[in-house]
Amino acid sequence: MTRTSQSIQKGEVLLAVDQVSLSFGGVKAITDVSFDIRKGEIRAIIGPNGAGKTSMLNVINGFYHPQQGKITFKGQTRSKMRPSVAAAQGIARTFQNVALFKGMSTLDNIMSGRTLKMNSHFFWQCLRHGPAMAEEIRHREFVEDIIDFLEIQAIRKVPVGKLPYGLQKRVELGRALAMEPDLLLLDEPMAGMNLEEKEDMSRFIIDVNTQYGTTIALIEHDMGVVMDLSDRVVVLEYGRKLADGTPDEVKADQSVIDAYLGVAH
Amino acid sequence: MDILFKILIDPFLQMGAMPDLFVQTIWDGFVTGVLYALIALGFVLIFKASGVFNFAQGIMVVFAGLTLVGLYEMGLPAPLAVLVTLGVMFVLALAIERVVLRPLVNQPDIILFMATFGITYFLIGLGELIFGGNPKQMITDQLFLPRGAIEVKMLGGFVQFQKIDIAAAVIAVVMIVALAVFFQKTRIGRALRAVADSHKAALSVGISLNQIWVIVWFTAGIVALVTGIMWGARSDVSFGLQVIALKALPVLILGGFTSVPGAIVGGLIIGIGEKLGEFYWGPLVGGGIESWLAYCIALGFLLFRPQGLFGDKIIERI
Repeated sequence: MTRTSQSIQKGEVLLAVDQVSLSFGGVKAITDVSFDIRKGEIRAIIGPNGAGKTSMLNVINGFYHPQQGKITFKGQTRSKMRPSVAAAQGIARTFQNVALFKGMSTLDNIMSGRTLKMNSHFFWQCLRHGPAMAEEIRHREFVEDIIDFLEIQAIRKVPVGKLPYGLQKRVELGRALAMEPDLLLLDEPMAGMNLEEKEDMSRFIIDVNTQYGTTIALIEHDMGVVMDLSDRVVVLEYGRKLADGTPDEVKADQSVIDAYLGVAH
Repeated sequence: MDILFKILIDPFLQMGAMPDLFVQTIWDGFVTGVLYALIALGFVLIFKASGVFNFAQGIMVVFAGLTLVGLYEMGLPAPLAVLVTLGVMFVLALAIERVVLRPLVNQPDIILFMATFGITYFLIGLGELIFGGNPKQMITDQLFLPRGAIEVKMLGGFVQFQKIDIAAAVIAVVMIVALAVFFQKTRIGRALRAVADSHKAALSVGISLNQIWVIVWFTAGIVALVTGIMWGARSDVSFGLQVIALKALPVLILGGFTSVPGAIVGGLIIGIGEKLGEFYWGPLVGGGIESWLAYCIALGFLLFRPQGLFGDKIIERI
């Protein structure tokens, strides 16, 4: 599913966040945080509420522009970037509170993830003919694969506003996958889910990672899930980096236990 | 009792007594309704995609019509004048996105709304500066629009169909169908609907808001041009025309601010409703109710169904 980027091999740094600081007026959301994400890994970002996790994702995909620091993605360094450009470079994401196109069907929502991959001429699109039609069919096949993969065939034509929350999250994941991202950002993919839905979602995340080799950065509060899924974990607190390492290292870190985990699991 | 008879029974007796006149009234109302629907469509397009209630839609209609006629008077052949006018509307869309929408992104709706007042007065000034303030004759013949009327014998009388009205209805239907297909079936249409639903999510899949806004305002500009030609052909092209934009308000309240089918159905209900009202109930109060009946209908809707026939709750934002 993922376009293998020629330059970056598995295990090399795909994205590096370098001394990034972000503030809104006098409120410091992120202070001098650096970490990296390597190609092919699942990287978790954890921390208490208000630690700056979502702000960090927003910085990575261009919603927020940090006042200081640099972001290097696929070897290209930038400090400011528009979300549509980040998307074009291969960064896809989901949102903490599902952000779907509620009036549109599951199929159309996921098709919208193909926006950047479709490039037939405006003229043909208006006519729905020739190259535009062929392109539409080609992308539709791709999207059907994703629908099969996520096991949401039954809700293909249902307006997503009518779906239960768990399924909406799945559709949102589908839309992100349709972008064939190099880096997939998941903001609390399991928030508000029951145990069964969480297990399904974990399975999808692992499958996306192993089958397609997609690099994933995820924010999650369920520590069981985080420790099981992720290869490495970065811990934020009050906008600063508290710890960084494998799940076992992080679990054993006294400052993390004090700030976030409480008693060690 | 007499007054109740005149309100509740007499008009319907009249309709039954002279069915040809009734059909004629319905047809007149239908044509007016189609034109209302076109104006409302321009509002809906922009409101859906950028959440802005575009007060300038009315003046865009006038401006597009004026530009077309003005260019023709300057010596351009009519087809070329249409193309150049389309170009002008595109430049206008680009300029509005760059100068007005982009700097005001994330501002409260009311600020964007006020900004469209600014656009209105800017366009009035620009139009007067370039083309003068005098009413102009629409170049119907040069645009190959038919004139004259067809009389059809039916129901014991004659019903008159103006050819220009038939043309207006056909063109409006074609345009609405084209827009519907464009919105439902193409990538850009999907992107437009995506932006209408959620800016944040649209950005995350790589849709450029700026580009979409230009497309939407340009589309509204095309709709304005068609409306300008059709209204201009029935009266003339003058700045007075922009008040028809105010007629779009009751249409929108009826149909819902976010619904394209709503704009059409709302337009037809208002158009037919006010013609019937004027013809059958108007004499009771000395006539002239056409100008305010629409607002009364809208008021009734606001009391009982504030989201309109097809709209979503988003109307609360106004």
